Amino acid sequence: MAASASSLLVVVPAYNEGGSVTKVIDSLHEHAKDFDVIVIDDGSTDNTAAAAAAAGAEVVRLPFNLGIGGAVQTGFLYALDHGYDYMAQVDGDGQHEAAELAALLEVIRADPTLDMVCGSRFLSHESGYLAPISRRTGIHLFAFALSRIVGQPITDPTSGFRLYNRRAITLFARDYPHDYPEVEAVLMLHAHRLRMAEVPVKMHQRGAGQSSITKARSLYYMVKVSLALLVGLLRRHTTVEPADPAPVSASRRL
Amino acid sequence: MHFGAQLAAIAFALIVLLLVFEMVRRRYLHERYAILWLGAALLLLVLAAWTQLLSTISSAVGISTPSNAFFVIAFAFLLLLLLHFSAVVSRLADETRVLAQRLALLERDQRGWDTEAGADTRPLPIEQDARTGDTARERVRPR
Repeated sequence: MAASASSLLVVVPAYNEGGSVTKVIDSLHEHAKDFDVIVIDDGSTDNTAAAAAAAGAEVVRLPFNLGIGGAVQTGFLYALDHGYDYMAQVDGDGQHEAAELAALLEVIRADPTLDMVCGSRFLSHESGYLAPISRRTGIHLFAFALSRIVGQPITDPTSGFRLYNRRAITLFARDYPHDYPEVEAVLMLHAHRLRMAEVPVKMHQRGAGQSSITKARSLYYMVKVSLALLVGLLRRHTTVEPADPAPVSASRRL
Repeated sequence: MHFGAQLAAIAFALIVLLLVFEMVRRRYLHERYAILWLGAALLLLVLAAWTQLLSTISSAVGISTPSNAFFVIAFAFLLLLLLHFSAVVSRLADETRVLAQRLALLERDQRGWDTEAGADTRPLPIEQDARTGDTARERVRPR
């Protein structure tokens, strides 16, 4: 497919974010002018897609809700197809500041060995929005475990404010976790000898709409991610390598 | 519960645990569904290993032999799992329907059958695959 004029893409996964997606896109147009903006409407039942298109973003509408992993992976596929050098991911709920993309971009461009740069709310000295204590505890537990596994300090493994280079885009276009993907993605990078760094950012409380992580789902989140980490550790490769058996195949047998 | 039966139950639960784990590792099973099976296997493991708990439960609900209580609990859990899978299959069916509809509409838009003069409305020929016996409809473009 044709290479794009710009080499920078920002992907905004949005599920029923009609109330905040316009602001997010306006802010991206204002503070991250070099980036093309694409909104992945993850099967919203509200006016998310219309609002995003009206705000001047490219919109991909998924026919039904795939969950955050499937939505973001659609972004990776788009970035890969259109030959973008860097792809950023910014939540559609207004948690992340568009102006801080520049800091992420600066870091990843300064060090060509870096494949992903991740905004961390815990590295910043300014105290922005703090998640409830229960969620923070969960995040810190995963941060502790991941830091031990990958051998570098990871402070905010659940952050969805990330910037990927071509190698990371290629990896995640091939395989990306289904639900609650952020923590596992860090492990996948590590397993494929890709490097990441964290950059301090400020995060806001979500603008409008509902978080995908309700209280009832927090337990599932913890168990699922723990299991994924444990199993991920025991895999030789966390993703399907070229010439491996297809991940979806009729001939698979245990 | 008889000691032999207890050992067999423990061994079975352990095998299920390992099998589920290996299936996740080989990516035959998503974590989402593995969690349910791991939960079921752990429950059976606890019940099989902790005889005191099992006999407490069985006497509480009036089952004279603890091993029967074990079966009842295992059966109830399996029923719930089956119900859950029925719900999952329903969701998958809905998703497939939406995909088929979207694809059909897309195909129609791409081929422009409605605008092309003399659009072929005859039923599509059905061809049989000689090797597999599968039938596949082959699209014939209108001339």
